[in-house]
Amino acid sequence: MSGDVLIQILPSVLLEGLLLGFVYAMIALGYTMVYGVLGLINFAHSEVFMIGAVTGAEVYRHLLPHVGNPYLLLAISITTAAAVSGGTAMAIERLAYRPLRRRGNTNRLVPLITAIGISFFLQDLVRLIEGMWHNEFFVNYPSTPALERTFQITEMLSIQMKAIIVITVSLAMLVGLQLLVTRTRLGKAMRAVAQDAHTASLMGINPDQIISRTFLIGGALGGVAGVLFGVLYTKVDPFVGFLPGIRAFTAAVLGGIGSIPGAMLGGILLGQLETSAGVYLPLLTDGNIGTEYKDIFGFLILVLFLLFRPQGILGRKEGEKL
Amino acid sequence: MRIPSIIITLLLALTFTTRADNQVIRIATCCPLSGAQAGLGEYIKLGAQMAVEGAQPRFAELGFNLQLFPQDDQATPDVGVAVANRLVNDASVLGVVGHFNSGVAIPASEVYKDYHLAMVSPANTNPKVTDRRYANVSRICGRDDVQGPVGAEFAVNELKAQRIFIVQDKTAYGQGVAEAFRDKAKALGANIVGFTGTEEKSNFSTIVRLIQVHKPDLVYLGGIYDQAGVLVKQMREKGIEAVFMGPDAFDSSEFVKIAQDASAGTIYTTVAGPIDQFPAAKDFASNFEAQFHRAPESFAPYAYDAANVVIAALEAAIRANNGARPSRQAVCTAIRAVTMDGITGKIAFDAKGDRLTSDYYIVKLETASYPGKAIKVISSAPPQ
Repeated sequence: MSGDVLIQILPSVLLEGLLLGFVYAMIALGYTMVYGVLGLINFAHSEVFMIGAVTGAEVYRHLLPHVGNPYLLLAISITTAAAVSGGTAMAIERLAYRPLRRRGNTNRLVPLITAIGISFFLQDLVRLIEGMWHNEFFVNYPSTPALERTFQITEMLSIQMKAIIVITVSLAMLVGLQLLVTRTRLGKAMRAVAQDAHTASLMGINPDQIISRTFLIGGALGGVAGVLFGVLYTKVDPFVGFLPGIRAFTAAVLGGIGSIPGAMLGGILLGQLETSAGVYLPLLTDGNIGTEYKDIFGFLILVLFLLFRPQGILGRKEGEKL
Repeated sequence: MRIPSIIITLLLALTFTTRADNQVIRIATCCPLSGAQAGLGEYIKLGAQMAVEGAQPRFAELGFNLQLFPQDDQATPDVGVAVANRLVNDASVLGVVGHFNSGVAIPASEVYKDYHLAMVSPANTNPKVTDRRYANVSRICGRDDVQGPVGAEFAVNELKAQRIFIVQDKTAYGQGVAEAFRDKAKALGANIVGFTGTEEKSNFSTIVRLIQVHKPDLVYLGGIYDQAGVLVKQMREKGIEAVFMGPDAFDSSEFVKIAQDASAGTIYTTVAGPIDQFPAAKDFASNFEAQFHRAPESFAPYAYDAANVVIAALEAAIRANNGARPSRQAVCTAIRAVTMDGITGKIAFDAKGDRLTSDYYIVKLETASYPGKAIKVISSAPPQ
């Protein structure tokens, strides 16, 4: 492979990495926010993402004949998916994690195993519903010419309308979340609960309510990510959450779990690593190392971080809790 | 000590009542009935169901209650092995029709082998399935080491493909057929510009980018329709016009549903011909449609034939055993001795368990609709 081609394709590889990175970042936020307030790794979050993706697809394809404007249609899908995913995340917290917390269970393994159990439950629940409804388990995002319109920037770089939408929506979400956490009373309360739930409750904050809202916001972001993922890659099914979920979790750890800017940074970094490795590994090794090894790099970096900077890029060292 | 003795009596009574179950003979089907590949697996179950229901009166006359015992292996090797372990421990199971995935059939058949449980596969194309020469494993479809080369010959000689990019799904099936395709295409003088694996199900952006860089005139995917549909859709979206080609696991109406317009022009080789290729399958097709309200697809006629092979072997073994229930071993031996005219053609097995001659089809989806048209049929004996 000549060096010219490698450089020529670089901008488009970076663009694809960025798109994937934004999706990962939005999922990673769900992991990191919940970890921030509860110290719990909510493995069911990948299913919250999946539910968003499937809901969005169902809304999209059922309203397609009735709503002419594809942008409006997408907006409706995203909103519905965000509401359903946020609601699911809140319900998970209310029905599973809160009762465990009330029991005063201090063993961290218990909620973790619960999360994995919920994850399986939700996968099969969606599979059951989809199976009964359509007698098939996957859902397509129907293609619309408007979203697939391609702008040719240079010979090797083109950008699709849907990519522009993904970037815009993700940026809006990420900035919005940052403002919410740093500028509003709710954000302040969330940070207070994350710091010390007990003391926060002495200041008139209801930790249960804040935790519930954290799940709502994290879940809604996951749902939006699900729709964007579906729009980008066209097919979703009840098992679609697993790989993006595990990678987004990696991104959250990479960025520093518990840190919101860290999750964004980690997501974009991982998306870039995965895409670049997937394209350049086979090209540079003349096909001897296939694109299937792309994950090695992301996870290698994760291992290095865990060894030398376990708190992640932007995370803080966890102080001794008294 | 009165109570325990009552319990023992009750238990004894129970064992005697279950004795009547002795006359139940079950034929299990093993295939994915849930998950992404259920679309193909379902037809294996339904095809076998037709055969079993057809044979039930004959078995009733012999004094046996023949039943279908459908199992879901979820297209996953460990689930397949768990199912296999359950089946070998159920004495009423005397034959297995399945599995669907070679990667599942190979480990599962290791379990069957230890218990001499006969497995007749309607769909496993990986050479290793029969190359291990297990006496209990047979198949009625073709092999990937013929299917891959048949596809490669078509691609190079008739489609005049010069630059070929190959993707495989890293399963025993996908990788096996992709490698067979690659080796033959190379031998015929084509340039293999890329060979890569992927476990992705939805995001193929890196592969599409690689394809764009290498500018192949043909892309071959050794994989299953749920990946194939998405890959070809994303390729076409990026303006790649290379011919898209693959093996028999593309053969599902779901492929068209996933890829939509992008499915038009796709070419695949298959070991299971479209139903209109089999004149003897006319009755089967109309009965199938009457019973299940859909046309039989992909491996349904093969599952029907596979189940009928097991049924014929069971009948022969029962007769040889003077009308009594045969041993599992006797069923295995009887299967290898079966010669019959199935709806997919003449069925007889060689010493390894391969069918003496199998047909390989090249099918093209002229438009974005299923089923496609068989544009070439090649009959071939299995390599020895």
